[in-house]
Amino acid sequence: MTAGPADRVAVHPFLAGLTAEQRDALAADAAPASFSSGQRLFASGSAAEVFWLLESGSAALDLPVPGRGDVVVETLTGATVLGWSWLHPPYRWHFGAVAREPCVGLVFDASSVRGRCAADPAFGYAVLNLFTPVIIQRLQATRLRMLDLYAPRTAP
Amino acid sequence: MNVAVPVPYRVTHRREDTDDTVTLTLERPQTPLPRFAPGQFAMLTSYGVGEVPISLAGSAPDGGLVHTLRAVGAVTRALHAVRPGQVVGVRGPFGTGWDVPSAAGRDLVVVAGGIGLAPLRPVVLAALAERSRYGRVAVLVGARTPSDLLYIDELSTWDTIDGVRVDVTVDRPDAAWSGHVGVVTTLIDAATFDPHKSVAFVCGPEVMMRFVAEALVGRGMPAHDVRVSLERNMHCGTAWCGHCQLGPLLVCRDGPVVGYDVAGPLMRVREL
Repeated sequence: MTAGPADRVAVHPFLAGLTAEQRDALAADAAPASFSSGQRLFASGSAAEVFWLLESGSAALDLPVPGRGDVVVETLTGATVLGWSWLHPPYRWHFGAVAREPCVGLVFDASSVRGRCAADPAFGYAVLNLFTPVIIQRLQATRLRMLDLYAPRTAP
Repeated sequence: MNVAVPVPYRVTHRREDTDDTVTLTLERPQTPLPRFAPGQFAMLTSYGVGEVPISLAGSAPDGGLVHTLRAVGAVTRALHAVRPGQVVGVRGPFGTGWDVPSAAGRDLVVVAGGIGLAPLRPVVLAALAERSRYGRVAVLVGARTPSDLLYIDELSTWDTIDGVRVDVTVDRPDAAWSGHVGVVTTLIDAATFDPHKSVAFVCGPEVMMRFVAEALVGRGMPAHDVRVSLERNMHCGTAWCGHCQLGPLLVCRDGPVVGYDVAGPLMRVREL
């Protein structure tokens, strides 16, 4: 029998920094989610009303570029969080996401989570403490790519 | 044998890996150089042009040498252009190796960026040759574009071997690429290894190695179990000339393979 959202929230590594009470509160806004390969989770510009915790699978973040189609800018794999545009206005996805392979995880009602954050600053701070390191890590990875380290350079 | 004099090696095979990268197989001469260990490097001479340090990328069945090199300057362009039957000069072996046997009983984490996969290929081959001596093998490869990937067939083969997992990522995908996109550091979180019982072998651009090493240490690996391959201005190969000095190290002798506990602080010094 598949575990319920509360059990899955309790063991997801991304949420390890929360107290049991905070995880229970978050689980109240969670529902199981799964995506088949190629299925679009969201499109850039659409409303960011949810976010996901992936337990398995892989998703690609992309952006439609005129003349080039949907260009993948980054892929996310394994137990990770997908989506942070719900955190701050205008609550719209800046990029899109599509499943690269079958994904299993949890989907969260972003509006409800935001409401809990506003009502309980300690909960809100804990949630931000979960997301901020991920945002920093992905920002650093992006900056590293901007260095184009593997580009040809002059040598003997 | 005079270590300052190149030994002529005949090129028996040349394979174009990418637009600017070739793998050369050099036939074992009658009086060969001492045996190279994975991670050690040779000074390859294009006669009349110059000499460059190139790490060992493998061994030929006859005991000859395999080197993968990228055409980025006058000497490497000349070496890139050699054809089977032509002769190049070789000095070596120089420097420290990866010391793969010392990782027996542990998981291996091999992290390569760009042409950095070439010096790491012998690590994987050594582990596969004695598969039962090692735990899980995670091979994480980053490249600029899909067309810059080296050893594509071998990567696919390695990935089919029990206990071996190969993950490849590119910075700039093309329309046909369906694999991972992002820097190689992003593969580390999902890699399967016991950080307290692993040895990492890391080779690529220095900044990439620094970020990879920090990510591995962040997962709990002791810095001394993260081995990086440093690249400096190697000339003599024998610690005579000092061109390759990095703080207290002469990289041609004390490296190129150095533990991150030693290399990390040096990599953070701007003047070095």
